Amino acid sequence: MSPAGVHIKESPIDTSHGCILYVEGVTVSFDGFKALNNLNLYIDDGELRCIIGPNGAGKTTMMDVVTGKTRPDSGLVYFGQNLNLAEMTEYEIADAGIGRKFQKPTVFENHSVFENLELALREKKNIWHSLLRHLKGQHRDAIDQTLETIGLLEERKTRAGLLSHGQKQWLEIGMLLVQDPRVLLIDEPVAGMTHQETEYTAELLKSLAGNHSVIVVEHEMDFIRSIANKVTVLHEGSVLAEGKMEEVQNDPKVVEVYLGE
Amino acid sequence: MIKNILALHSTRSWVFIFLLFGVGLVIVPVLNLAIPDNSFLHVPDYIISLLGKYLCYVLVAFAIDMIWGYTGILSLGHGVFFSVGGYAMGMYLMRSIGKEGVYKSELPDFMVFLDWKELPWYWNGFDSFAFTLLVIVALPGLLAFIFGYFAFRSRIKGVYFAIITQAMTYALMLLFFRNETGFGGNNGLTDFKRILGFSLQDSSTKLGLYMVTVLVVFLSYVLCRYVVNSKLGRVLTAIRDAESRVMFSAYNTFHYKLFVWTLSAFLCGLAGALYVPQVGIVNPSEMQPSNSIEMAIWVAVGGRGTLGGALVGASLVNCAKSWFTVAAPDYWLYFLGGLFIFVTLYLPKGIVGIFSTFNKKAGSG
Repeated sequence: MSPAGVHIKESPIDTSHGCILYVEGVTVSFDGFKALNNLNLYIDDGELRCIIGPNGAGKTTMMDVVTGKTRPDSGLVYFGQNLNLAEMTEYEIADAGIGRKFQKPTVFENHSVFENLELALREKKNIWHSLLRHLKGQHRDAIDQTLETIGLLEERKTRAGLLSHGQKQWLEIGMLLVQDPRVLLIDEPVAGMTHQETEYTAELLKSLAGNHSVIVVEHEMDFIRSIANKVTVLHEGSVLAEGKMEEVQNDPKVVEVYLGE
Repeated sequence: MIKNILALHSTRSWVFIFLLFGVGLVIVPVLNLAIPDNSFLHVPDYIISLLGKYLCYVLVAFAIDMIWGYTGILSLGHGVFFSVGGYAMGMYLMRSIGKEGVYKSELPDFMVFLDWKELPWYWNGFDSFAFTLLVIVALPGLLAFIFGYFAFRSRIKGVYFAIITQAMTYALMLLFFRNETGFGGNNGLTDFKRILGFSLQDSSTKLGLYMVTVLVVFLSYVLCRYVVNSKLGRVLTAIRDAESRVMFSAYNTFHYKLFVWTLSAFLCGLAGALYVPQVGIVNPSEMQPSNSIEMAIWVAVGGRGTLGGALVGASLVNCAKSWFTVAAPDYWLYFLGGLFIFVTLYLPKGIVGIFSTFNKKAGSG
């Protein structure tokens, strides 16, 4: 799935302990409200992890902390064992290899589908490179391959703003793919998708795991059942339960706050 | 390089652009020089200077379009960069007067009037055209770079940024109004005699200045076109539409914004420097907040995010202004305000937007 020949540098992420993302004792409060409360989360290299939890459980805040949008008040956020994400900016974190899909599909509406992928493509992203470079054949191939993966070959010249909601979701996932990150944070990937589209997305995400670590936040329980190995349930900013879907589903605490409603 | 530049447009668009450029650089001067005064086709000197002035405004509109139209950062303080370029040129022109001023002194008249005995240190060097050119090219961009560095690093955007730029231009206007600042206070710099030894009264000098302006505007257009057609241009538009997505795609948007902001100020400074010798005066009123707002309106009227729109907007609004200030001076601001409201409500893509709606195939140029 990772586009061939696009990789320009081996990421220096140290995953010798098998873990790629460490969120340890993280607390974030907004005006006294603790969005994250001593959260501990460890993601293995190549793992596909689903994160569920009722509204306000801290799922999006967790993603904000990992991607540098929000700074933790306390606690550690490490990418591999060597990169302290709490000290890095959004673009540095993205450059190091953490990609993010937003809850509301966020694509560049005035650019074509192709241009959206071109902008996301993993390459040097400084000003001078952007000003002087011309798209190479291998990049074109990588983009074409991704267009096929996300089923938007026909729409390559379409303005992204004209795509359907589901197509925008896929385009955003495609933008993550060409960025070739080590970790993908994916917020509600199947919102607004048809049953068929949802199934395809599940296949896509499953195929990404292994080469990438994938963290999916979702409300749609059938979707989670279809992809999840391991599920983490967040509640009031910390982990309520963690384990296989069946275990979690039968956990009385989880049933009480979330599943049994 | 040439190949890359030619690839910026289709052949048809290039033909059109070169035609426009040719009319400006060749036909208009010929109509000025070769056609007798009494002919209908004769272009009189005052029209040459007027066209030169409009072209400076077009350059300003390009500059604002780069930062606002393409990148989505509204600046209401471009009058500052225009004035800095203008004042730098004005200082050179003042020094070129020599001892032919009213007081027959080495010093500019206003300094004699203030009873100053010697030139303030920051006037040193402006005897030299080369030095002046260096200041014109470097100073507006440098000021913008410093201002932008702090504003963008603090992630100030949207209406807050616009208001701060308004405050900036207002503050600088007040500073320049003061006689003690040493730029001629209220009256500014005027009564210029010559540039590079050529008398500014001569029609050949006026024509020369006009032709240089045509050339600079053309080259600036190519530069802007190159930037917006490059991947960098697509990043700028992406910043306008979804900045967080750009950051999470590993772009340091701070650098991109700072780059285009500095480029924009640079172009605006050039415009100011070309404007002053053709108009014959520069004073603090160029930094009035309303002036900078007017500049943004040109772009809005013509069409944001297209260089063609900037050209059309700056030309048409200023033609209208020239007409109004003669025919109905009291109503100009009402007209301008009304035009802005009308365009915002009914023509969000400006005048150029009307045509591209009819002719979807037409480029954005």
